[in-house]
Amino acid sequence: MAQFIDYYKVLGIDKNASEKEVKKAYRKLARKYHPDLNPDDKEAQRKFQQVNEAHEVLSDPEKRKKYDKYGKDWQHAEAFEQAEQQQRQQQGGFGGQRTYGGGSGFEGFSEGEFSDFFESMFGRQAGGRGGYRRAAFRGQDYEASLQLRLSEVYKTHKRTLTIDGKNIRITIPAGVEHGQTIKIKGYGGPGINGGPKGDLYITFQIDNDTGFRRDGQHLYKTIELDLYTAVLGGEITVDTMDGKVKLKVPPETQNGTQVKLKGKGFPVYKKKGQFGDLFLTYEVKIPTQLSDKEKSLFKELAQAR
Amino acid sequence: MDRSNLIPAAKFCSHHQVEVTFIRRLQEYELVQVVLIEEEPYLPEEELPEVEKLMRLHYDLNINMEGLDAVRHLLRRTESLQREVQRLRNQLDALR
Repeated sequence: MAQFIDYYKVLGIDKNASEKEVKKAYRKLARKYHPDLNPDDKEAQRKFQQVNEAHEVLSDPEKRKKYDKYGKDWQHAEAFEQAEQQQRQQQGGFGGQRTYGGGSGFEGFSEGEFSDFFESMFGRQAGGRGGYRRAAFRGQDYEASLQLRLSEVYKTHKRTLTIDGKNIRITIPAGVEHGQTIKIKGYGGPGINGGPKGDLYITFQIDNDTGFRRDGQHLYKTIELDLYTAVLGGEITVDTMDGKVKLKVPPETQNGTQVKLKGKGFPVYKKKGQFGDLFLTYEVKIPTQLSDKEKSLFKELAQAR
Repeated sequence: MDRSNLIPAAKFCSHHQVEVTFIRRLQEYELVQVVLIEEEPYLPEEELPEVEKLMRLHYDLNINMEGLDAVRHLLRRTESLQREVQRLRNQLDALR
């Protein structure tokens, strides 16, 4: 059952308020609750609709007259009007036929509609009289956070998310960064008055589960190198994101030397086939717990220089 | 010129029952990017949500062009701050 709505109360004005006062109150409240000034605020949207509806009735002399006449007895308005019409006909008068829309039994306001009270009293088509433009609003934007592992975002893959009770399958492009937000158009809340749907914003939280440090598209890693390989040169095997790689270490490699493995870094976001580089820094390990023989050989080496 | 993502301003205005001069004024105040083809204004598709928002603010609330510029600037700042708050909340949740 639709409930009576006190439109004067909605606009915060007196029953004797002039047209000018109605307009002033409406403008003040419309500025306060306008959905474009209160994005993602459902309460503001609801209040804006109430204010709009109150203005629709109170700014139209005919609607206001009817509303004032029946007030809380609005449910009997049709019966009263029919009785009046019959009386006029009996008296030889001429009365116009009025149409009333039936209430759906839903109380209060719903998105994009006038209240049942309004529709019961003024009919479904009463909203939007000549020149009145009912604004269509984009739906609410949704925000979600998605936790991923660094190893997962090395390749483009699909994920299913549950947003607002619905499953959404999205493609996560390789190379997304920690804290990066992507917009998925049209996956937000439904629009109002036929407006488009809002968007879904997903922010990625990426945990580094690899042995690499990531800086954008480039990866960094420190590799331990034994003294003998560093001095004499040799071959080592290192891990990269796409498998093991054999590397030649030149003789007399210094501690802290950095080598670049081109294209072995992280995929560049939304640039298929492009990769950053992998930078390896050699950390030469000095042998410990030397035997007497080793000590003596090192002494011999020292004297040779 | 590729017109596939351009909407004629006249069509937009007719759909929303507003004057074409409204789009011209938005352009004058550099509030929207308008593409002129043979002297006819076109709106890029990606600009439509912004133009619709400015239109609602202008017609529903009687906000003039200078006001629209100020409102838009403040809304963008608010949105950016809200995103920052959301990001920090997410980080905080991850630490808990």
